Amino acid sequence: MERQIYADNAATTQMSQRVLEAMLPHLMGEYGNPSSIYGLGRSARMAVETAREQAAAVLGCLPGEIYFTSCGSESDNWAIKGVAEKMAEKGKKHIITSAFEHHAVLHTCKHLEKLGWQVTYLPVGSEGIVNPADVESAIREDTALVTIMYANNEIGTVQPIPEIGAVCKAHGVYFHTDAVQAVGHVAINVKEQNIDLLSLSGHKIHAPKGVGILYMKNGIGLPNFIDGGGQERNKRAGTENVASIVGLGKALEEANFQMGPRNSRVLAMRDKLIDGLLAIPRTRLNGSREHRLPGNVNISFEGVEGESLLLMLDLKGICASSGSACTSGSLDPSHVLLALGLPHEIAHGSLRLSINEWNTPEDIDYILQVVPEIITKLRAMSPLWERICKEEAN
Amino acid sequence: MLYSEKVMDHFSNPRNVGEIADADGVGEVGNAQCGDIMKMYLKIKDGAIEDVKFKTFGCGAAIATSSVATELIKGKSIDDALKLTNKAVVETLEGLPPQKLHCSVLAEQAIKAALADYYRRQGIDPTPIVGELSDCEACGHGE
Repeated sequence: MERQIYADNAATTQMSQRVLEAMLPHLMGEYGNPSSIYGLGRSARMAVETAREQAAAVLGCLPGEIYFTSCGSESDNWAIKGVAEKMAEKGKKHIITSAFEHHAVLHTCKHLEKLGWQVTYLPVGSEGIVNPADVESAIREDTALVTIMYANNEIGTVQPIPEIGAVCKAHGVYFHTDAVQAVGHVAINVKEQNIDLLSLSGHKIHAPKGVGILYMKNGIGLPNFIDGGGQERNKRAGTENVASIVGLGKALEEANFQMGPRNSRVLAMRDKLIDGLLAIPRTRLNGSREHRLPGNVNISFEGVEGESLLLMLDLKGICASSGSACTSGSLDPSHVLLALGLPHEIAHGSLRLSINEWNTPEDIDYILQVVPEIITKLRAMSPLWERICKEEAN
Repeated sequence: MLYSEKVMDHFSNPRNVGEIADADGVGEVGNAQCGDIMKMYLKIKDGAIEDVKFKTFGCGAAIATSSVATELIKGKSIDDALKLTNKAVVETLEGLPPQKLHCSVLAEQAIKAALADYYRRQGIDPTPIVGELSDCEACGHGE
């Protein structure tokens, strides 16, 4: 298959040429340790601090509030476990999150439950949006933290983060958001939006894998995540991943540049994709269409199982993803789709296409030509589809 | 997760897909909740599987195991078809990822369910011949 269309940018993205070019010197000649005193070390230090300034400018915070980590999951773990450790001393023992968070948040909360914490998992409704009023009514005397993702990784729904931030501020509760999917697609300003802690990841925005950021508002002073040397202001020891940090700084700068026009282009392709796929009978768009990332499409096709759909798309050169159980190795489909109230059998038949500015209108046309053919083929051999058709006839 | 070439072959070109209008036995196993349903149609003549067709809702492994199972029993005697094990299905496919082994169990069960239906239509209690059929051993969902 000569044609390859990458439509899984929510999983990871291709590195950009400019990011790679910014990184290259730090992978070869500029190999100094940023903690070293001589020139080679000082220039590495300068590169790391430049990246920190780039990140701070994008998030609307101070460079000293940016901590480089190894990934979004690490940032989530640090934020949640750090607040728990700090606030346990003050008698707090309650965390509020949502039912459809990324596993980096959900599994961290489950871990804390084993240690005696109580966790409220807020519902997200059929549209996949957390209601700020639900956050407010869940806050208790002993609530330490609210952690709600900025945008969902499977269905792309963008949460009312400024409103939730305002609620948390009014009640004096820390607010963390996993913004891994939102960065570069949504205008984020941590100060204006009352965000205390924010996680992001490099490889979702054309930087390399293995680098992320935790924004930590000044004064929060979470416990160290890695004890050791003095890196990241003593909080996260370990020699800096200089080249990747440089790449992340560059990628953030690029992601913020002309975000509006870029989003409009992606949105036009996404809407064509959604409308084209919804023209197939017995399909549904999962999650709000209005409050949605510009590149996210998540559709369920009744009577079809997601993994076989993905394999057939792969045979046609299309890279996509699914919320089907079979792609995860468990028998339960995606917790995100179940949180929307989808029945299991419909959640099994979901397809996520996440496009970006590097996709073309021709890509969209090709996907819209291939998907209906595959759905027809799979439905023709599906006893579930046969049952659905019989029920409809009666 | 990686499927063998044999699995991908049976997935992309499944054998014996379809229905048999005047089937002598039809068996359906699995459930939509787990994401796998297999339906087998048998045409039986002189104690042998004259024809077999299947329809499957499920993952790549579910489609491939159904396809290979139909190949393994077509033209065989009922006795041989009853002896088909999920292990034979897996071996013919040159292996399955561990989390997909339940698909091979479903394929075996689908054939047994179709044969049980055949016996029931003859007025014969299938249990002593086919054995007890559990729907989906790997899964606790139930219908």
